[in-house]
Amino acid sequence: MSILLDSSTRVIVQGITGREGTFHAGQMIEMGTQVVGGTSPGKGGTTHMGVPVFNTVAEAVRATGATASGIFVPPPFAADAIMEAAAGGISLIVCITEGIPIQEMIRVKDYLRGFPAVRLIGANCPGLITPGVAKIGIIPQRITSPGPVGLVSRSGTLTYEVASALTASGMGQSTIVGIGGDPVLGLTFKDVVELFEKDMATTHLVVIGEIGGSDEERAAELLARGSRLKTVAFISGRTAPEGKRMGHAGAIISGNRGTAKSKEEAFQKAGVAVAETTDQIVGLLR
Amino acid sequence: MKLLEYQAKEVLSSLGIPIPAGRVARTPDEAANACAELGPVAVKAQVPVGGRGKAGGIKLVNSPEEARQAAAQIIGMDIKGFKVPLVYCEAALQIEREVYLGFTVDRDARNNILMLSAKGGMDIEQVAEESPETIARLHPNPWRGPLDFELNQLAFEAGLGDLARPLTSLIKKLYRAIPELDAVTAEINPLVVTKNGEVIAGDAKLETDENAAWRHKDLEVRFGSVLEGDPYEVEAKKRGLTYVSLDGDIGIIGNGAGLCMSTLDLVQRAGGMAANFCDIGGGAKAEVVENALAVILMNPRVKGVLMNVFGGITRGDEVARGLVSARDNLKMKLPLVVRMSGTNEEEGRQILKQNGIEPGASAWEAAQKIVELTKVPAPR
Repeated sequence: MSILLDSSTRVIVQGITGREGTFHAGQMIEMGTQVVGGTSPGKGGTTHMGVPVFNTVAEAVRATGATASGIFVPPPFAADAIMEAAAGGISLIVCITEGIPIQEMIRVKDYLRGFPAVRLIGANCPGLITPGVAKIGIIPQRITSPGPVGLVSRSGTLTYEVASALTASGMGQSTIVGIGGDPVLGLTFKDVVELFEKDMATTHLVVIGEIGGSDEERAAELLARGSRLKTVAFISGRTAPEGKRMGHAGAIISGNRGTAKSKEEAFQKAGVAVAETTDQIVGLLR
Repeated sequence: MKLLEYQAKEVLSSLGIPIPAGRVARTPDEAANACAELGPVAVKAQVPVGGRGKAGGIKLVNSPEEARQAAAQIIGMDIKGFKVPLVYCEAALQIEREVYLGFTVDRDARNNILMLSAKGGMDIEQVAEESPETIARLHPNPWRGPLDFELNQLAFEAGLGDLARPLTSLIKKLYRAIPELDAVTAEINPLVVTKNGEVIAGDAKLETDENAAWRHKDLEVRFGSVLEGDPYEVEAKKRGLTYVSLDGDIGIIGNGAGLCMSTLDLVQRAGGMAANFCDIGGGAKAEVVENALAVILMNPRVKGVLMNVFGGITRGDEVARGLVSARDNLKMKLPLVVRMSGTNEEEGRQILKQNGIEPGASAWEAAQKIVELTKVPAPR
């Protein structure tokens, strides 16, 4: 079992003929993901990576019955691609693209209010993977293994780091979700934790947050109301200075909001173990 | 990009918002001339940080001679790490009232938030803490912007109903900075109501979105080169690296923002202080590693370098070979500790060892090692 993505999920890749789209569509197919097509305006009717290419998402959905999409288009076109996916009938949209202007993401979020069933992951994220089954995005399959640990994270490489450590110590994962490092995002920690809570195959949870915003605190509030998951949280950026943007546009402390301390305290208050280094996560989870 | 006050005012003026008469002065003579032309002026340091008034960066003067002296004092001054490149001499206003007006991105609401308060001229964060009810707020629809009646309500909520008309018109102009310039933060504090009833921007802050810089190249051309900025950050930007200067003496290279940030944390936990944040992104190609090392080694404070790389797809032996050649090309003699994982990590570690680079088994162990190695003064 898993959340959001399983072997029956029919997936398209927006931007499938691009360099990134081609490479990662290949990786997704190799793992067994049901990639049923892709889009690339002007290249409809051709075949790429063994799947049909369509001009528009709506066309792809009509022809393939796809319900999920991975977006690998360049930043100037990515916000529009998300909205096209929603309007075209996709219900799980995973946007990998980094560097979308924030005002465009704000408009996208408003647009998606008209599509209450649509779930957006990202942008600026590594996507999600249900180990051994399927993935949408760029998380390398070989660092993962199937099992009961849910993993949700804002960061790409830290996700990989923790997934490898879990895999190496024999703790497999139900689903790994990278929600992304931008300030205005699709699914939040709280949304993903809620999904894991309902997935009976998930018994443990790792939350990897970072400085900035208050999404971690919201997830902690949810966990504080009672959870069946054994949870460990880790926050990166505890030594980052105020007002400096640390790579992720979202990772910035302003005033006393968004500090690692406030996030760690929120998790501790919820009875969640807080790891001080990523090396401690596996031990605390056992 | 964070604009300086005079730059932000130029932008506000182009949006139709009234600003006081002012002149940029790069020398004391220019400041004296500005005062001769404008009469009594405020001589204001131009730096992209708040609190310049408290730091002595604003002086009110009545004569060209006073303006000359004030500018001589302020130009070149250090305010919160920024060397003042120039001053802005602005005609003094006959102030009747001061209002706060601003917008920023409200992350929790996933929208922009407009804020208006009758308590202008004060630190708005302090106002927000002490009397949050005095700040009226509005989340405009991001597709169509604020409507007149919404702004009218906002003005009345802020206790500024008597100014509702001029404020509504002015806020609509300010809001244009969002769709037209990809502004993420703007602040007019104070927005001054003068004794003859004019509403005019007393100060201005404006920050635009780096992610949208590609469609506002004109802003970069007009305003980009005034500030000297941190020399390492400038060089890193040229080389296409994500780099932030910090106060410590241990250079850091990591791939991925989260991993890199957590590496800074580990170094501090081990008793050291990072000299920088440097994210080389996925791949860890030899050329990128060499660029990162080159920038870090420019900083004479750096006593050693810690590199923390997770190789998702990259092979450890390739990363190791690239790193050895980068170090040799740069003739680097400082201690270098590398923690890497991923495919072929064992081969990678062997290559590092053979070339005198310390491989750390875990990130935490590597952090402790570099702190230990940099405690004694190292030869350069």
